[in-house]
Amino acid sequence: MALLDVRDLHTTFRTDDGLVKAVDGVSFTVEPGKTLGIVGESGSGKSVTCLTIMGLNDRRSASTSGQALFKGADLLAMPKNELRALRGNEISMIFQDPMTSLNPVHTIGRQLVEAVHLHQDVSRSSARSQSLDVLKAVGIPNAERRIDDYPHQFSGGMRQRVMIAMALINHPDLLIADEPTTALDVTTQAQILKLMDTLQKEYGSAIVMITHDLGVVAEIADDVVVMYGAQVVERATAEELFARPSMPYTWGLLGSLPRIDHDVERLAQIPGTPPSLLNPPSGCRFHPRCTYAMSICQSEQPPLASATGSETHLSRCHLDQATRLTEIKKLESGHFAEVT
Amino acid sequence: MTRYVIRRILWALVLFVVVTFVSYVIFFLIPADPVKLFAGRQATPEDMARAAAFYGLDQPFYVQYWKFLSRLVTHGVIGEKALGFSFVNRQWIASGVQSRAPVTASLVLGGAVMWMILAVPIGIVSALRPRSLIDRGATVFVLIGISAHPVFLALIFLYIFGYKLHMFPIGSYADFFNPPPGQAGGPLQWAWHMFLPWCTFAILFAALYVRMIRASVIETMNEDYVRTARAKGAPEWVVMRSHILRNALLPIVTMLGMDIALGLGGAVFTESVYSLPGLGQWAVQSLETFDLPVTMGVVVFATTAVLVVNVIVDVLYAVIDPRIKLA
Repeated sequence: MALLDVRDLHTTFRTDDGLVKAVDGVSFTVEPGKTLGIVGESGSGKSVTCLTIMGLNDRRSASTSGQALFKGADLLAMPKNELRALRGNEISMIFQDPMTSLNPVHTIGRQLVEAVHLHQDVSRSSARSQSLDVLKAVGIPNAERRIDDYPHQFSGGMRQRVMIAMALINHPDLLIADEPTTALDVTTQAQILKLMDTLQKEYGSAIVMITHDLGVVAEIADDVVVMYGAQVVERATAEELFARPSMPYTWGLLGSLPRIDHDVERLAQIPGTPPSLLNPPSGCRFHPRCTYAMSICQSEQPPLASATGSETHLSRCHLDQATRLTEIKKLESGHFAEVT
Repeated sequence: MTRYVIRRILWALVLFVVVTFVSYVIFFLIPADPVKLFAGRQATPEDMARAAAFYGLDQPFYVQYWKFLSRLVTHGVIGEKALGFSFVNRQWIASGVQSRAPVTASLVLGGAVMWMILAVPIGIVSALRPRSLIDRGATVFVLIGISAHPVFLALIFLYIFGYKLHMFPIGSYADFFNPPPGQAGGPLQWAWHMFLPWCTFAILFAALYVRMIRASVIETMNEDYVRTARAKGAPEWVVMRSHILRNALLPIVTMLGMDIALGLGGAVFTESVYSLPGLGQWAVQSLETFDLPVTMGVVVFATTAVLVVNVIVDVLYAVIDPRIKLA
C-alpha cells in the first residue's frame, strides 16, 4: 500500500476577484521510504497541494475536495485533533524560507523541545537531549552551545538545518519539503540536499520534494510529478522522465536546464507567463505558450494518459506518438534548444 | 548595555534642561503680573517691590531659571527644599509632590492595567474573526473611545453610576496605605474610589490599543513561523500564546511606555472632574494662581517620570526581544 495516496485533489480559494482553482484534480502516490519530486513554475499549485494535504490552508478562504489517504486514513476528512496529532509527528514539513520560518523570539532549543513535547510524553531533559542529538545529526557544529542561540544568530543554511532537525525529531514517515533549497546559495543547496539524502537513509522517511529545479529532482527523486496550471501534466518515474519526457512543457523545462555535455549559445526558455488560475485557458492549459499547439489544443483538454506505453508514465498532450519521439531525439542531441 | 544606559541618562539630562527652560519661558510670556496678585489689592509700589524681591521675581527670568537649577542640584533633586516653596501657601513643593504623586500614579498605572485588560482580549478576538459581529462592535467602541473627551465621559459616568445608581462614590479619593484619620482607606476602598476614574482614563487608550493589537496580531498570524508551529502539530491556543502573541505584543510594549507617559497629560482632566488630589489637578490650580514653583515642580516630576519610563521600556524591550542589542 502506498504511504500517501492523493486522489483527485481540488483546492479552491475565494478571493476578492473570484474563485481561484489553485489545485485542480491532482493525483499521485508516495511509496514508503521513496522520494517524489513535484516540479513546476511558481504558481503551478505545487505548494498549495502540499499545504492542503497538511491541512494548513486558511480555512476561511480555502475549500477542498478529493482524498489524501495517509496509511489508508483520509487526511482531508479527519477530525482536526487527529490531523494535528499526525502533523509534526508522522508527517512533517520543511518550508522554503528558513530566514522567516523559525520564531525569532525563542531559542532553537526551545522550538525543538516544543516539537518533542507536542507528540511525546517525555521529561524536559529527555526532550533536550533528543534535540541535541538531532542537531548533531543535521550537522550543526558546537550543537551543545548553539542549542541556546536564537534563530538570528544562525546563517540561512544553518537555519534550514535546524528546520530539518525540527521536522525529523519525531521520526516522521513522510517529510514534505517545500523548495527547501531555493532561498540558499548554491554550495549550501548541495549540502542540504546531501544531508536530506543521508537522513532519509537513516530515518527511512519518504520525502515529497517540491521544487522548480529539475537538477534537484534528477539528484534525489524516485518518482516525478510535473505540474502546470494547477494540474498534473506529466507523471513518471525519474528514469522515464529524463529518458523520454513526453510533452512540450517538460521539454521546455529540460531545455532550460544547462547541460554539461552540450554546448549551446543560449538556454531555451518557455515563452510567455504561467496561466492565471482565476481564469485558466480553454482546452490544454499550456496551449498559449506551446510551440506545437494545434487547433484541438484550444478546445479540448487532453486527458492524463499513458504516453509511451508504460503504465507508470502518464502525460497530458494531444501530440501523436511519432512527433513526440522525434522531439525527444532532438532534445537528447541538444538541437531542441534551438528549435524552441 | 552599561554604555547605552549612561548615554541615555546623559540625553535625559539634556532633555530635562530643555523642557524646564521652555516651561520657564512660557510662564514669563503670560501677560499677567503675579507680583500684583501676591502683594494684595491695596499694595503700594514699595510693597510690590518688596514682594517681588521676596519671591525673586525682580530678577530677569534667566537668572531665576539659573537659581531654580542650582537649587535642584545643591539640595539634591529629591531634597525637601530642592523645588522651592509655593508662592500661594509657602509650603515646600517637594512635600506636595510626595503626597500627590501616588494619586496620579494610581490613576495612570491602574488605568494602564485597565486598558490592557480591555484591549488585549478584544484585539485578539477581532483579529481572529475579522468582519464578524464582535469585530464590528469593537470598531464602534474604538470610534466612541477616540471621539469622546475624558471630561464628558467623566461627567456622564459620575451622573449615571455615582448620582443615579449610587454604585460608586462621587468626587473623593481613598488612600491605599495611610488614609487621613476619619477617611476611608485600604486597597478595596482605593480600588472602589478609583474605578470610574480608571474607566474614564482607560477608554481612549483601550480604543487605540484594540486597533493596534488587532493589526499586529493579524500581521503576525501570516508569518511563516506561525505556519511552522502549526506544521509541528501545535494546538491553536499554543500557536496563539507562544508564537503569535509573544511576537505581536513586542511593538505594543514600546507604545505602552510612551502612552503611560502621555497619560500623565490626560490625567489632568480626569483628576479635575473626579476631584482627585493628584498632580494634574495641582498643576491646573497653580496655573490659575500663577504659582510658578508649583508649576515647575509638576513639570520636573512629569519630565523625570517620562524620561525614566522611556529608559525602562527600552531596556525591557531588549530583554523581551533577543534580536535587539543595546549599544
